[in-house]
Amino acid sequence: MELWYTDQHTDDVRFSMKASVQVASKKSAVQQIDILDTPAYGRVLVLDGGLMTTEKDEFIYHEMITHVPMAVNPNVKNVLVIGGGDGGTVRELTKYRSIESIDLVEVDKDVVLLAKKYLPFTSAKLKDKRVSVWFEEGLRYVRGKKAEYDLIIVDSSDPYGPAEGLFTREFYGTCFKALRDDGILINQHESPFYYVHQRSVRDAHKHIAVEFPVSTVYQCHIPSYPSGHWLFGFASKKYHPIEDLDATRWNKLGIRTRYYNTDLHRGAFALPNYVKDLLNK
Amino acid sequence: MTLNQSAVPLADALDAQRINRLAHFDVPAHKGGRMNAELPEYFGKRCMELDVNSMKPLDNLGHPVGVIRDAQALAAEAFGADNAFFMVNGTTSAVQTMIWTATGRGDKIILPRNVHRSAINALVVNGAIPIYINPGRDKRLGIPLGMSVADVKKAISEHPDAKAILVNNPTYYGICSNLRAIVRLAHQAGMLVLADEAHGTHFYFHDELPVSAMSAGADMAAASIHKTGGSLTQSSILLTRKPVNPDYVRQVITLTQSTSASYLLLSSLDIARRNLYFKGRAIYQKTMEFADYAREEINALGGYYAFGTELIDGDAAFAFDRTKLSVHTRDIGLAGIEVYDHLRDDYGIQIEFGDIGNLLAILSAGDRMMDVERLISALAEIKRLHERSAAGLFDHEYIDPSIAMTPQDAFYAKKRRVPMKESVGLVAGEFVMSYPPGIPIVAPGERITPDVLEHILFAKDRGCFMTGTEDMNLDYLQVVG
Repeated sequence: MELWYTDQHTDDVRFSMKASVQVASKKSAVQQIDILDTPAYGRVLVLDGGLMTTEKDEFIYHEMITHVPMAVNPNVKNVLVIGGGDGGTVRELTKYRSIESIDLVEVDKDVVLLAKKYLPFTSAKLKDKRVSVWFEEGLRYVRGKKAEYDLIIVDSSDPYGPAEGLFTREFYGTCFKALRDDGILINQHESPFYYVHQRSVRDAHKHIAVEFPVSTVYQCHIPSYPSGHWLFGFASKKYHPIEDLDATRWNKLGIRTRYYNTDLHRGAFALPNYVKDLLNK
Repeated sequence: MTLNQSAVPLADALDAQRINRLAHFDVPAHKGGRMNAELPEYFGKRCMELDVNSMKPLDNLGHPVGVIRDAQALAAEAFGADNAFFMVNGTTSAVQTMIWTATGRGDKIILPRNVHRSAINALVVNGAIPIYINPGRDKRLGIPLGMSVADVKKAISEHPDAKAILVNNPTYYGICSNLRAIVRLAHQAGMLVLADEAHGTHFYFHDELPVSAMSAGADMAAASIHKTGGSLTQSSILLTRKPVNPDYVRQVITLTQSTSASYLLLSSLDIARRNLYFKGRAIYQKTMEFADYAREEINALGGYYAFGTELIDGDAAFAFDRTKLSVHTRDIGLAGIEVYDHLRDDYGIQIEFGDIGNLLAILSAGDRMMDVERLISALAEIKRLHERSAAGLFDHEYIDPSIAMTPQDAFYAKKRRVPMKESVGLVAGEFVMSYPPGIPIVAPGERITPDVLEHILFAKDRGCFMTGTEDMNLDYLQVVG
């Protein structure tokens, strides 16, 4: 017997990987959580049937969501991560000794509990002394904050489930309020490739652009995600993602990465025409 | 056949018709959607197959002797009434049936002026005479409350010949009069008590909510199951108790009711009734928890005032419906309708209504916490981005009317058109209202005062959806004479 896990990328497109064993399965108060071992992608985290994290390619996502803003403003002291219960984004952030505090706000406590137990490759740094983990709705947490953070990273799942509220204008607006005057907002921005996802890419960009003076997107290639072509949003009150990049300074930090480098940083903001057209619609 | 609340006789009979492969040579001509493939594509195949007309096994709403009778009997039992009538033309038709059952031409009916237009429309049609009671008013919020018992007592003693008294249970904002006391006074005077429960269906299913009309001893109640009870839009139930004669009520209903009542609407009432009977308490418990949480969070934002049970004064605000999320917005310098527009246009959030100084969000067990969080955060954002001085904002939703003639006399009088701005001192021949909430600012037969005109112009200027007049732009008003 063969066991296959299928991620339904769209109604008409599927992505399947062979699974060797199901490691964990839990219906939390928020969603269905599954963890599988696969020959090709290693251990994978699946939320409500959708692929979230794979041992094989998570480094691409977590490096790109973290090092791009950190290379633009290395003076970041206080970081807020919304979502990201697997701990991968926090792991990358803890590589910076200059960061003083990291607040992780995850709506689903069970994701963090299971990640700690079964996904040590992403969750290991959640026990770093600078990290505080809060289990609540991201929108609610940020509502009470004013000029407290230098960087907010929205490491959410897709906007078709528990993370829906994290793709709204009210959320980006409250993030603006929670950031200091030189604050940066990075968000997981979905894939621009399939028609069914294009509306949420466009709307998220539109909502962010209303709130932030600097607002653009950058891209990377994540093999296990729908179409592989993935976007992140870069929005800030002050810094420009390329003009304010100080490559020498970042390279001096000596942070070891497998995907990110400062040349790729510049290139990631060069967008294909179809993406430009989509964002300008 | 023995019926109990776990049965849905009408819905089951309808579904049996769907699967019995009947060859249909009756209306509707779409024949399960086969006539036009766009219909099943749009509505879903099952929905189209359930859209059938009255036939022997499905009974007839105008003369129920089978499954509709049974479903209505179960509804009556669930709501603690002697009789229940399924309505397919909204709670409007239930309110009108109550008034037409209780009064005829020239009969008096006592009612608060902050009624829904459907009640005054009923008077336009049958020629009954309204005896208005001015509702109490909350000074800070500017909103009309319920009726005070003293005012009801006075109206009854001044008009002992009135046939009935109509009570909002509750108002759109969720405020209730002392219904039990009003029933006692009315019954002592030989008057019927009619309750407009367009916003009170849920009162029947949770003991922490205000008293329902049937348990307070009212004679008739219009319960809008489609609003907060979970049935399809436009379906409603009229409840009656002895001594109201159910056979006469049925005759009154058939005066205006469609003879092709929709089985989608009717069966949704049957299904909603069963759900409410078994799960209503849990459903409204959850709704109250959502609303209590939202009130607390919104009040913590500052500027907004999400009001609740603290308004209760033992009289004109005898009880408050905790499921309602009514928010006073004037202190942030925005009219309720302006906040409503921002929520809709900027944040993709649809609420029930915004008026001069308040907005109303309807919560239900169908909500999700993340959506409640979105609403609260969007209100916080609107305050952060748009807050301004409250100077120059109109401060009340309700103006005591100046009555010149009955609604019917005014509506059917010889009328002429005058510019709205030149209407002060004249008698209106038509309604003017914001919709929602649909409470007339002026009704036919009422004199236009400077305050009324100012209210109309302000509401229009702030973007309220103004209705009632012949002139779609509201630049002109039909006046008597």
